[in-house]
Amino acid sequence: MTSIISISNLSKTYEGGHQALKRVNLDINKGEILALLGPNGAGKTTLISVICGLVSPTSGTVAVNGFDIIENYRHAREQIGLVPQELTLAAFDRVFDTLRFSRGLFGKKPDDAYLEQLLKDLSLWNKKDSELRALSGGMKRRVLIAKALSHQPNILFLDEPTAGVDVELRKDMWQIVNKLRDSGVTIILTTHYIEEAEQIADRVGVINDGELLLVDDKVNLMQELGRKQLIIELKEPINKIPASMASHALHLSDDGHELIYTYDTQGKSTGITALLQDMHNAGISMKDLNTTQSSLQDIFVNLVQADR
Amino acid sequence: MNIQAVKVIYKYEMLRTWNTLFQSIASPVISTALYFIVFGSAIGSRIQSVEGVTYGLFIVPGLMMLSILTQSVSNASFGIFFPKFSGTVYEVMSAPISFFEILLGYVGAAASKSLILGAIILITASFFVELRIDHPVWMVLFLVLTCVSFSLLGFIIGLWATNFEKLQVVPLLIITPLVFLGGTFYSVSMLPPVWQTVTLFNPVLYLVSGFRWSFFGVSDVHVGISLGVILLFLGICSGVVWWMFKTGYRLKQ
Repeated sequence: MTSIISISNLSKTYEGGHQALKRVNLDINKGEILALLGPNGAGKTTLISVICGLVSPTSGTVAVNGFDIIENYRHAREQIGLVPQELTLAAFDRVFDTLRFSRGLFGKKPDDAYLEQLLKDLSLWNKKDSELRALSGGMKRRVLIAKALSHQPNILFLDEPTAGVDVELRKDMWQIVNKLRDSGVTIILTTHYIEEAEQIADRVGVINDGELLLVDDKVNLMQELGRKQLIIELKEPINKIPASMASHALHLSDDGHELIYTYDTQGKSTGITALLQDMHNAGISMKDLNTTQSSLQDIFVNLVQADR
Repeated sequence: MNIQAVKVIYKYEMLRTWNTLFQSIASPVISTALYFIVFGSAIGSRIQSVEGVTYGLFIVPGLMMLSILTQSVSNASFGIFFPKFSGTVYEVMSAPISFFEILLGYVGAAASKSLILGAIILITASFFVELRIDHPVWMVLFLVLTCVSFSLLGFIIGLWATNFEKLQVVPLLIITPLVFLGGTFYSVSMLPPVWQTVTLFNPVLYLVSGFRWSFFGVSDVHVGISLGVILLFLGICSGVVWWMFKTGYRLKQ
């Protein structure tokens, strides 16, 4: 995989002394969807803002397709489109005009045919002459995406694209993102909806308190960090776990009908065979078996809590 | 050089005026006409000529300066303050555009508007008095330099201002008094000696004086000094803007 953005040792300390980023290292692959996951104030927006040129880094470097964001800011920024978190639009501008403005700002010659297609793709064409203040929140969000894409960037940053957006629109947004990825655009989105990362991202980075705790393939992440639970339904309820089975990480449900065994899929052995053997020896017979795997949500909560 | 970006910023800013075209043309025409009626005809008819020029004609350069100075500052300051206030400035900041190009777009547009305004006032004035311009090239030069340097000042104020009040305070409390006390409606020689000395510390005096010289060949201070002062002012404003951009003042954290 070729990296399209490479961030090394990036730190940012704001004037008030708040350290928003702590030596972040990250390589973003060409063509992927990377979700940056983290609680509010974790440093997600700061990270994006530094890459896009809105915030000056305190130390460290960022290169976009090999172009340093400071030394070679023109070449670096040309390739990037940014959709900010807030719905920042000039109220009296009209949709099509604002797109022309954005395109020009990024140094591209006017191309109304492209902008027309873009608006059509985002279901905004019938609103092209509307004033921005007349649009609904969801429409405004689309306009911001259209503005960010108006200069045909190959990298798109979406800062919390679905914050405060209803379920329907959120699914729409995911579709748009997927379509963009198919057209070869690299997408970096921040979110605090785990569901979102789980649904659309290829890789997930977890940020907390300015530190990038981990970045991994979503599937790997869920496998590697995923703890599994084996739920054993018993034929006859028991009052307590027999002493002979105390060595296993077992939990007995309140009604005594279920034994819950938590294990790590990455461990040398899961201990399941021994457990079942011990159960057999203790004379406990089972009715059914069931396993569950933790979601990204659980992984995330575990990580962030461990970090505290 | 990102020409497209300069173009769109310039066009955007000019369109802002276009959308309020009536107001943009009507207000300078009306205010100029009022000044001529009050100062030129009513009061001016009782005043003997000043420096050999009829009073109505004498106030033309000052009147132009009054409008240009205040409008340059308010246009340029609003032009950058508003995107900063509404947050849309993120787009300009994230675009592949240099600070010089940003300036060219915003300050260029504000200065252009002031130039157009100056022309409108001059045309309006021609209905009231018989215009006389002895040094037209110098007149245009002074006009352009004034429009550019005060648009730069406006840009600085727009960047500095963190709320609408601050945006209004400088034009209202500093620019307007300086213009009125800078010999817009009188020759400095009409003042008592002490006030003549005090007035020499008012930079606007040099602008008005030099500008008036280009019309009638008479001035309160030597035209070379006028030119020097306006160039100095332009230099200071450019320096401040350069520093603001370099440090990312109020734009970049």
